[in-house]
Amino acid sequence: MTEITKHEPSTIYIKPSKGLAALNLRDLWIYRELIFFMVWRDVKVRYKQTLLGMAWAVIQPVMTMLVFTFLFGTVAKLPTDGIPYPVFSFTALLPWGLFVVALNQGSRSLVAHNNMVTKIYFPRLILPMSSVFAGLVDFAIAFVILIGLMIYYQVTPAYNLLWTLPFFLLLALVTALGVALWLSAMNVKYRDVNHALPFLTQFWLFITPVAYSSSVISEKWQILYSLNPMAGVVNGFRWALLGSGNGPDITLWVSATISVLILVTGLLYFRSMERTFADTI
Amino acid sequence: MTTAISVKNLGKKYQIGAAETKFRYNMLRDVLVDTISAPVRLVKALVGRSDRRSNQNFVWALKDVSFDVEEGKVLGIVGRNGAGKSTLLKILSRVTEPTKGTVSVRGRVGSLLEVGTGFHPELTGRENIYMNGAILGMKRAEIDSKFDEMVEFSEVGQFIDTPVKRYSSGMYLRLAFAVAAHLEPEILVVDEVLAVGDAEFQRKCLGKMSDVAQQGRTVLFVSHNMSAILRLTQEAIVLKKGQLIKRAPTAEAVDFYLSSGQPESGERVWDADEPSADTSAPFRPISLRLKDRSGKVVDTVRSTEPVTVEWEYQLDAPVTGLRVGMYLNTMRGEYVFTAFDTDDAKQFEQFGARQAGRYVSRCKIPADFFNEGRYYLGVNASSFGVKRYFMDENALSFNVDISGAPGTQWPEVRQGPIRPRLDWTIEKID
Repeated sequence: MTEITKHEPSTIYIKPSKGLAALNLRDLWIYRELIFFMVWRDVKVRYKQTLLGMAWAVIQPVMTMLVFTFLFGTVAKLPTDGIPYPVFSFTALLPWGLFVVALNQGSRSLVAHNNMVTKIYFPRLILPMSSVFAGLVDFAIAFVILIGLMIYYQVTPAYNLLWTLPFFLLLALVTALGVALWLSAMNVKYRDVNHALPFLTQFWLFITPVAYSSSVISEKWQILYSLNPMAGVVNGFRWALLGSGNGPDITLWVSATISVLILVTGLLYFRSMERTFADTI
Repeated sequence: MTTAISVKNLGKKYQIGAAETKFRYNMLRDVLVDTISAPVRLVKALVGRSDRRSNQNFVWALKDVSFDVEEGKVLGIVGRNGAGKSTLLKILSRVTEPTKGTVSVRGRVGSLLEVGTGFHPELTGRENIYMNGAILGMKRAEIDSKFDEMVEFSEVGQFIDTPVKRYSSGMYLRLAFAVAAHLEPEILVVDEVLAVGDAEFQRKCLGKMSDVAQQGRTVLFVSHNMSAILRLTQEAIVLKKGQLIKRAPTAEAVDFYLSSGQPESGERVWDADEPSADTSAPFRPISLRLKDRSGKVVDTVRSTEPVTVEWEYQLDAPVTGLRVGMYLNTMRGEYVFTAFDTDDAKQFEQFGARQAGRYVSRCKIPADFFNEGRYYLGVNASSFGVKRYFMDENALSFNVDISGAPGTQWPEVRQGPIRPRLDWTIEKID
């Protein structure tokens, strides 16, 4: 019929993979379309049979922002470096929202698709990866809202810093994917992860400068505080968009190093567990 | 001839610890306990009192399996449940990794097990075709080019843009099968044991399989249905407890498999002290057996041969009006027949009242009786209108192999629990 089916079949060798074998990135490339399809399916299905549909992508972050504004902006009057509190918190909620979706969906991705895992071969990395990427759609919607908020409150974006935003987005993705790799692989064997997730998410929110500014942390604790990679991401977003904070300093580099470390160890751990996914899931 | 599949010293070890069977998956708690007790075990091992548990925690589902399959051949794989057939297929389709050994596979491996994997009820038929195709490893261009064919094959044309949750189960299955069937793998793996769906669907699978074989592609076929194996394959391997024990032309391999019956199945033994609410004195069941023509205990009955049912029991006191017999049920729970040893009036006169002692009631079910499938044998001992001494509705189960039975030249499932060899005459009357 077409040329596609007439290719010379290639030989696949199946053998026990020893230790931390290569991540088989070639297969990941061959299956790249599957990542696209998984993300597309996820987005398409997420708000099916809901009354408000895609509006949920707007409502969720806006409601959180309103609650924060009331509690921390109006009642507690936390310092925001002179930025209107709604804009201040929403800027942080952008990467945080992406992280939470990735953390929750990503960690459950292998278990949720166990029928795929036990029946077919495909690079297992695709499942947590596509869960993380699916969060980008909500991120884009929330970004439009942020632009609206900034116009409303007449906050001038930090033009000269805006170009660094992709870097911080990448850092958010690296962190989210790293954590999702660790937790999804762990979840296959220990379903405790499922139960720990809500608590973990909440705890992580407290140690991340989403509702408050990281300037409330005293100088001597700053390095320790920046061990949380999301602190670097959120501070980076505020700096790139609003020009608040000191910009890239030692704390950012600490955060970024931790992010990369989580991703690399996550990949290695995932790879070493991947062999037995189909048997233990 | 090129080799399509080459398997060398393949082994797969599974963990079967106590924790696994209890909880299905490990809990962190167990691991913590295990970690804490690890030094204790280490000390025990050092002083020579090794903990045996650590050696019993795994089982080899496959051990030292080696074979080659040439391109374009259809190879049957037979063996009892737990012999390692499914594990072998899972390794070949790269779902799970082997513990030992290597396999080289030339070309794409497709399996009819993957039917409908990744289907999402909220997506339309069209969307699911793309989704499922991508999961099976098809390129988007490849799906585009085969899309119309798949829709036609599935016969759901007008509903292609309807979410599949509105489909009937038949439509759903047809659509799912259409995608899997158009994958056109170089090697096709069919595990009939796990194939979902009704007889119609299974027939479609088998039909697709012989198409693939005729196109000169390689097929691996696992089935409990010996007549399907005989019909569709030229060669077969026999697996037993994870090891390859025979490779031969299909007829020979099937014969070998059927005749190497395990004595423990095909027989039911009641312990003397087995507590049972259904037993009342003075009747005590001892054992129930199925025997083939040569007197060997079998768990797979050949339809073309007679089979003997033997029930041994003990009477601790004399009983009057006794009848000892059996029910036969199909897997779906339909009765095939009920029969007692004293159904014949003369027999009842002679054995209705029995002295205390050990007895065996034996009957022969004639050849050309059973259709293919699985049957359950229930037993009953009673005095009509007086008392039921013993009953067990599911005392023994057995498979029927229909190789050689009437009509097996057609690859179809015959309805009904019996498959008699009838005396047909055909005459031209005009």
